[in-house]
Amino acid sequence: MASEKAEMDSLKKECDGLRTQIEAARKAVNDGSMSSAAGSATDVGRVQLKLRKSLKGHLAKIYSMHWATDSRSMVSASQDGKLLVWDTFSGNKMVAVPLKSAWVMSVAFAPSGNLVASGGLDNMCTVYNIKSASPKTLRELDAHTGYLACCRFLSDTEILTASGDTTCCLWDLETGKQKIIFTNHIGDCMSLALSQDERTFVSGACDSLAKLWDLREGTCKQTFSGHTSDINAINFFPSGNAFITGSDDCSCKMYDLRSDQEVIGYQDTSLNAGVTSLALSNSGRLIFAGYDDFNCHIWDSMKGEKVGVLSGHDNRVSCTGVPGDGMGVCTGSWDSFLKLWN
Amino acid sequence: MPVINMDELTDKDKAVMEVTQLKLEVKLERWLTSKCCEEVKDYIQAGEEEDTLVKGISEDKNPFKEKGGCVIF
Repeated sequence: MASEKAEMDSLKKECDGLRTQIEAARKAVNDGSMSSAAGSATDVGRVQLKLRKSLKGHLAKIYSMHWATDSRSMVSASQDGKLLVWDTFSGNKMVAVPLKSAWVMSVAFAPSGNLVASGGLDNMCTVYNIKSASPKTLRELDAHTGYLACCRFLSDTEILTASGDTTCCLWDLETGKQKIIFTNHIGDCMSLALSQDERTFVSGACDSLAKLWDLREGTCKQTFSGHTSDINAINFFPSGNAFITGSDDCSCKMYDLRSDQEVIGYQDTSLNAGVTSLALSNSGRLIFAGYDDFNCHIWDSMKGEKVGVLSGHDNRVSCTGVPGDGMGVCTGSWDSFLKLWN
Repeated sequence: MPVINMDELTDKDKAVMEVTQLKLEVKLERWLTSKCCEEVKDYIQAGEEEDTLVKGISEDKNPFKEKGGCVIF
């Protein structure tokens, strides 16, 4: 027993030493903040977006939504046990997918527009073909030992999942089997975002850490700390060299990949609600963050200031998304509505 | 591909995993934050004019606007 304890102590000491080294290396390159870089930039002023449409159709809390690559279709998931595919231009429902398990937490649209995927407390990710006469279950991806928190398609043949079992996983949709398992988080994985070149992805977890992974090698390349509670949302900044996180600690942060650290935080003493979701405008200037306080607050990503709010939901904003063409923003809520703003 | 069940890892396994990961991360070459932040700012400024959510959109070009409605004479 004594030798076991000695071993643990030695490992812990090694960890502490390495952590100190990493912090020193980060500090050594920290020669300027985002505020100093942003100083000369023009203000965005007050961002006042109008509510253009309220999409009514779900009968219970909406947990997730995802835009199609055509910037027109959008899929939403609700614990009423349905996925709804919407034509956001007309506001019409195009497809309804009944779910085997109503406890859905995440939904995704494949880039092709042919498939959607969803999952939740059933620990599975189910993929549906929505182009057939009636929605057909293509695959049931069953191997996670915890809930499915997030899923994202790479193509019609590969999908990435994040799970409450603390792992992320890359699946082959042709075989229905796991290709690569990404292990390193010590808390439930809540969210993931794919890089544009699909060579890396970032994940946020309940261990309050964000991690950058090599998609093909299966390795964790970098770990980002700073949040003091669960990270619920994560998204790449459009340049691909930074990402934004949203947390239960009521703040959002921008982390830069190449300097390996947080470069700016977004928090306000008046905001005492956890961040559930986030999306960025196309230039990266605006961050739309959904909060437990029923609002979606808008942040100036460069100056770190709150510049607007999307108010109108009667319950928590659970999901937010900006389509590829950047023409608007969609918010989904526990109040069962989706709203489109621009 | 072996399935790693986090519940089955001992404290020692987790500590070894942590040390291994930190040894990897300590080697990273880090860029100056001033340069990185400048690049973020440059990226934003290059795309801001075309960013609908920043610049706004005219009614006739708005794909989400409510169609129909009444006209009061």
